[in-house]
Amino acid sequence: MRTLWLKKRPVLMIALVCVSGLLGAAAIGRLSAGSSKPGSAPEDEIARGRYLTQIMACNDCHTPWIMTPRGPEPDPTRLLSGHPQADVVEQPLEISGEGPWGWAGSNTNTAFSGPWGVSFTANLTPDRETGLGEWTAETFIAAIRTGRHEGRGRPILPPMPYPMYRQATDADLRAVFAYLQSIPAIQNRVPQPIDAPESQ
Amino acid sequence: MSTDVCRRARAALRLGAVALLLSACQPASDSGAGLGAAVSPLQPPQRLSETGLFAPDGSIDPRNRPFSPQYPLWSDGATKSRWVRLPEGAMIDVSDVDAWRFPAGTTFWKEFAWNGRKIETRMLRALEGGDWLFAAYVWNDDQRDAVLAPPEGVPGVFEISPGKRHSIPGLADCDSCHKASPAVVLGFNSLQLSDDRDPLAPHAEPLPEGAVTMRSLVAQDRLRPPRPDLVARPPRIRETDPVARAALGYLAANCGGCHCERGSLGRLDLFLHHDAAKGAGEPEPAVATTARTGKFVIPGFPADHARLVVPGAPDRSTLLYRMKSRRPSTQMPPLGTVLADTEAIELVKRWIESLPPKAELAADSRH
Repeated sequence: MRTLWLKKRPVLMIALVCVSGLLGAAAIGRLSAGSSKPGSAPEDEIARGRYLTQIMACNDCHTPWIMTPRGPEPDPTRLLSGHPQADVVEQPLEISGEGPWGWAGSNTNTAFSGPWGVSFTANLTPDRETGLGEWTAETFIAAIRTGRHEGRGRPILPPMPYPMYRQATDADLRAVFAYLQSIPAIQNRVPQPIDAPESQ
Repeated sequence: MSTDVCRRARAALRLGAVALLLSACQPASDSGAGLGAAVSPLQPPQRLSETGLFAPDGSIDPRNRPFSPQYPLWSDGATKSRWVRLPEGAMIDVSDVDAWRFPAGTTFWKEFAWNGRKIETRMLRALEGGDWLFAAYVWNDDQRDAVLAPPEGVPGVFEISPGKRHSIPGLADCDSCHKASPAVVLGFNSLQLSDDRDPLAPHAEPLPEGAVTMRSLVAQDRLRPPRPDLVARPPRIRETDPVARAALGYLAANCGGCHCERGSLGRLDLFLHHDAAKGAGEPEPAVATTARTGKFVIPGFPADHARLVVPGAPDRSTLLYRMKSRRPSTQMPPLGTVLADTEAIELVKRWIESLPPKAELAADSRH
């Protein structure tokens, strides 16, 4: 079983994410440029969606990170496939509520432990069983606008910055969805969130 | 858990609550064109007294008729009052008996009170073209009027039990429930207004004097096409066992708005709605679909154990587990309630216990 990496060092994790974020985003930008598959959406819409996905830093959390000679980077072979199902996390990391650190991320930067419990980033690829393959653009937009899973269900948890993304136009969100539907489907069943013990 | 750890955990949760609160509130103060696109261009009145609910003397305008759904939505024990105003002479289009279409101008109000104190009144008004205007009003301390809540809602306006507070929903929350299915209005339909009322329905209220029912709608010729059959053969949950009838009725009212065949969550294959269009001999959708496997796994169970309802075994049924939970990522319904409905939990538990265990599930019985 793999556990939260840097369990006692959330500060280091956050620093690593920040330092290597731009490098990683750039890498994903290059690699994903050739990964689109033909879709029903117009190519220019997909291209805009790819651009938005990059500048909105979707890969920072939804693509698992790996250690490279350049430091941590998103793994291009698992583009936007969310928290790896093989990386089992069974309970939240115990963090003092008195600070200074309030939350921590896993080594893949796809699992986050904080006062809300543990959140896992979603599989955004078009896999029909474990990703967004069955979603429609309307479902995607509803999720972003409401901050709820599929626009109806449980709250979308931190650190997903939907309060910022919900201010995007419908056209931009449709473009992002079109791009997400164009990337390779990856079967990866992301675990359900773990609630904080005290809220049970 | 030690006292110190408990204290720190509580502090962390407070931090989390604040963070989530700030996160949820952020877009409201920064609502640009994108967020505006999700909000109706028609703005509701600033005060409840300007919506048409009251007569000049402050009483309920007699044109607004009370009604009481036979299976009330659980709202943390609130005492609720409801009124509807149909435009004079206008008809309700019931050609789709499971998704009534209301004439423009139709207005619904629902008042929430705890301990005799009015806290909130919600309003739904049908607009031209089939859209709806949603609004929530927060009652003033003097209880004389209520003011329009901001689009993002108002968290924690009233403590309904120690540590648990009622929140005014935001427009996104309104959409989450009311736009999940074609029906939009969830408590005013042929089952809820049926004259064959379920005596075991949890939290059922006595019918207010002059209440709108199927019988009154038919008598006043308010339905198009006319449906006298809805009085001659009043809609009811198609179960002969009283417990099953009440349990499925409760699930239809509290869960079926989202978990319905024609809703946006239809692909989940968990249908808890009542489909009035089906014949008397056909089983309720919940009978078949709750026997399926979902995605949610009860903590401590194997990853491949995600059975919605295990006949005879309520403790292994995720449907009941999620009903009992009020943890944010687990609870069902996912919004609109912070207290579990103990009466309904007991009812659904009895229903699951009454279902005959299936042989193929025996291997799971160790759980």
